[in-house]
Amino acid sequence: MHEYSITESILTLALEKAREADAAKITQINLVVGELSGVVAECVEFYFNFISKDTMAAGADLSFVTKPTSVRCHKCDKIFTPKDGDWSCPECHEIGIDIVTGRECYMESIEVE
Amino acid sequence: MAIKVIKVGEDILGANEETARTNKQKLDKDRVFTINIMSSPGAGKTSVILSTINKLKDRIKMAVIEGDVASSVDAEKVEALGIPVIQINTAGGCHLDANMVESALNGLPLEETDLLFIENVGNLICPNAFSLGEDRRIMISSMPEGDDKPQKYPAMFADTDVILLNKTDLQPYLDFNFDVFKKTVTNLNSDVTIFLISCKTGEGMEAWFSWLEGEVGKKKDQAA
Ligand SMILES: Nc1nc2c(ncn2[C@@H]2O[C@H](COP(=O)(O)OP(=O)(O)O)[C@@H](O)[C@H]2O)c(=O)[nH]1
Ligand SMILES: [Mg+2]
Ligand SMILES: [Zn+2]
Ligand SMILES: [Zn+2]
Repeated sequence: MHEYSITESILTLALEKAREADAAKITQINLVVGELSGVVAECVEFYFNFISKDTMAAGADLSFVTKPTSVRCHKCDKIFTPKDGDWSCPECHEIGIDIVTGRECYMESIEVE
Repeated sequence: MAIKVIKVGEDILGANEETARTNKQKLDKDRVFTINIMSSPGAGKTSVILSTINKLKDRIKMAVIEGDVASSVDAEKVEALGIPVIQINTAGGCHLDANMVESALNGLPLEETDLLFIENVGNLICPNAFSLGEDRRIMISSMPEGDDKPQKYPAMFADTDVILLNKTDLQPYLDFNFDVFKKTVTNLNSDVTIFLISCKTGEGMEAWFSWLEGEVGKKKDQAA
């Protein structure tokens, strides 16, 4: 269900950009999705095929680049990827971090003809 | 025909953020302090709302937006207390979005409201990705869910302003380790305020009520 609303947003944005460029057909949509965004690529593809049917995005390929989670230690600025749910700093063992990557959910580009 | 690449570089949820900003402006205009309440199903969102209404209803004008998936039982309980409430039907959807809240706001007497509760859909995966126009995000975590919830759902815990740790009355029956919970949460979110509460016994609720009343007061005093 979540993916359904995400997919609707993807389709709307892609169609808007393609129209602005006077394109006739969208062949590919390039997406960047973080591990923490909770977006499941397979579900998006499933819904996309279904809702894009009667649009110029019908048959377009969806490409997903997954961004791994990375965080920055407040104390020593080390950037690391938490392992096994351990979010403390491997360098100074301090707790307290900012999420740097992993939340992404954006459209990098579309390919049209 | 030649293939052309068009650079987009836009957030997929950008449209939602825009609507959330419009909602916020509307709520700011009438100085309605608005909280977006998130938790897993059954953690105690409705219980917190009902207890808070009972405590503050003589002093603060309140309204509720109910976003539970299936039924309108929660909305009926609020209505029974004489509080304006709008039920949003998400038709199985897993989160509220700014559009749904926008239409709900049209049905509420905002000029007559100082505090608006939005009960989000019970889910720890995605509601944090959708701003609604709220002033503060409140997460309810309940002791029976375990002290490792923040590890499993880091983004939700990183994005909240307040955590109400509910059902403390059940502590004697559980292995819940508060130090572990607090350490994980503070690690993800050093600015978060945590209140330990029990909706059942009322223990710890006073601190929550006075925090909330303070915030409502601050918003009311803001220059229009
Ligand atoms: N023991 C105990 N049960 C509670 C407490 N708060 C809520 N509950 C119970 O937990 C269940 C779910 O609460 P509810 O407020 O409907 O959760 P929601 O789904 O998050 O809105 C209900 O049966 C409540 O009576 C509490 O502090 N202690
Ligand atoms: Mg409820
Ligand atoms: Zn969702
Ligand atoms: Zn460090």
